[in-house]
Amino acid sequence: MSSIPAPAVLVDIYRRMTLIKQNDERFRAVIKAGKIVAPYYSPRGQEVIPAAVSVSLTDADYICTIYRGVHDMLAKGVPMRLLWAEIAGKATGTCKGKGGPMHITHPPSGVMVTTGVVGSSMPIANGLALAAQIRGEKRVAVAYFGDGASNIGAFHESLNMAAVWKLPVVFVCQNNRYGEHTRYEVTTAAKRIADRAAGYQIPGVTVDGNDPLAMYEAAREAVERARGGGGPTLIEALTFRFHGHVFGDMDGYMRKGEKDAAMARDPVPAFRAWLIREGHAGESELAGLESAIEKELDAAVEFALASPHPDLAELRRDVFAEELPA
Amino acid sequence: MITTTTTKPVNTIQAVNAALDEAMGLDPSVICLGEDIADEEEGGVVGVTKGLSTKYGPARVRTTPISEQAIIGAAIGAAIVGMRPVAEIMLMNFTTVAMDMIVNHAAKLRFMSGGQTHVPLTIRTMTGAGFGTGGQHADYLEAWFAHTAGIKVVAPSSPADAYGLMLSCIFDDDPCLFIENMPTYWNPGPAPAPGVRIPLGKARVLRAGADVTVVSYSRIMNDCVAVADKLAKEGINVELVDLRTVSPLDMDTVLASVARTRRAVVVHEAVKAFGVGAEVAARISESLFGQLQAPVRRLGASYCAVPFSKPLETAFMPTQAEIERTIRSVLN
Repeated sequence: MSSIPAPAVLVDIYRRMTLIKQNDERFRAVIKAGKIVAPYYSPRGQEVIPAAVSVSLTDADYICTIYRGVHDMLAKGVPMRLLWAEIAGKATGTCKGKGGPMHITHPPSGVMVTTGVVGSSMPIANGLALAAQIRGEKRVAVAYFGDGASNIGAFHESLNMAAVWKLPVVFVCQNNRYGEHTRYEVTTAAKRIADRAAGYQIPGVTVDGNDPLAMYEAAREAVERARGGGGPTLIEALTFRFHGHVFGDMDGYMRKGEKDAAMARDPVPAFRAWLIREGHAGESELAGLESAIEKELDAAVEFALASPHPDLAELRRDVFAEELPA
Repeated sequence: MITTTTTKPVNTIQAVNAALDEAMGLDPSVICLGEDIADEEEGGVVGVTKGLSTKYGPARVRTTPISEQAIIGAAIGAAIVGMRPVAEIMLMNFTTVAMDMIVNHAAKLRFMSGGQTHVPLTIRTMTGAGFGTGGQHADYLEAWFAHTAGIKVVAPSSPADAYGLMLSCIFDDDPCLFIENMPTYWNPGPAPAPGVRIPLGKARVLRAGADVTVVSYSRIMNDCVAVADKLAKEGINVELVDLRTVSPLDMDTVLASVARTRRAVVVHEAVKAFGVGAEVAARISESLFGQLQAPVRRLGASYCAVPFSKPLETAFMPTQAEIERTIRSVLN
């Protein structure tokens, strides 16, 4: 670990973590209340990873994420109003309500693809990086995926191609210990997913994905390497999901006490307390930031619920560039 | 390879090469990805991309690992940020290894993003029985892709069409699957008009005729031409419609023809069951049921894997004799 980042960076990481936590809590409440009907894959517990990665990225940098990706999107800057409206299936959403929670796209903030297919963020992130490389742009592409995705062919094809072509891409594996309902050890031969990087002769690092400082440092190094022409990195960020695979699952497959122990180490309040204790931020500063998010969130939910559904003519639009005949 | 000013006959290898060359020269965002495609690897297994990496450099013409998901994924990613990749999947059967990328991503990203992104990607692939390559190297799988909303399916029947349609695919703003027939790669045909693009989604009436409409595309279109030539000597006038693009399907041209001839046969090399012929026949029947003088007939390959043994392979596909018999059957 090198020196501790500047307070502005630390508070920025915390702001993004809080943004994710507060949105997630509201998503679950609103879905539970029946006001929005949507499949929802809660990222609660995994806030640190995209928060600490995103402070090293700009809007010009790309991400590809997956169905459990609302944290990655919020950390990268997708506006809450557009995100909420999309998840509500409304015409005012990022994708006019045509993509939904598993397919959020928002190019202005660099969220280029969200996939519902395990492993499919990586091959496409390579292509974003390839375009940047060919054009001589200094952009970086980040592919987010889970531990389960490291067992699918696309992972291996993508790491190999990125290595051979030295693509400016960072592969961020959010290892939350379960692929759907199945424990990591049952399906994964490697003790550490980062060890698989060695097979492709690229740097691989395992990091505590719930430690903002360690995560920030690992991501910063990987992003700088990619931006500087040094090629890809595989980061394995160890974490844990608090609310199962899909919202509504009862966690019957989890080991007793495992989730409670993880929740007792909730990284969001822990980082908050650390920031104040170490003098990097004041209580009132953080409270102000939290209430500002809450206020914007209230407005986003209201906007989403009040917005109209898409026109049925949307069935014929965006299939091809030309609208299909009625 | 050819220059685009030649008027000598060209084959499909030369025609597609010329189209790629033309597109890469016009637009720096056109790149080529695929196995063995650079000159160090002989410019592709049959030489379609020969000369391009030397002319345009290894950054734009890249030999890839044998990793079909990664090839199409990389092409999709580059396409959504404004490149125009031409990705080669060497054989059509190998698209099966990349179906998630093609079907779930390339075809759907425009729709799922509400039009914020789109995928101007061309996938070149070769196929076709006749070379004794057996069950995993020769299938025509166009019906799978035509059934997927958001991807265009293009299947030229001549070198000149391959040239003009390839240019249109590359500069189209949506993904296109471009099917090249392997056994007829080396057959010469009239040279294309340099730089002229053939519009996608438009069929071509190859020959006018009043007695019966034959709808086809790709290699087997040429068998239909041979049969039509033979029947013409008996005074039977076959109207030949070359779809050129399987999807979007140009039913306007097909229906206008069948409305005149009132008889139709659809011929393709793909397996007949659940094939493109079923779609075309159903649409003809829906629109012209009362006017038809005979049921619409379909011809396609047998419902089995492409066989190896020569007599089986020959019998697997519709032959000229079967095409002729079928045409005669709707005339009686």
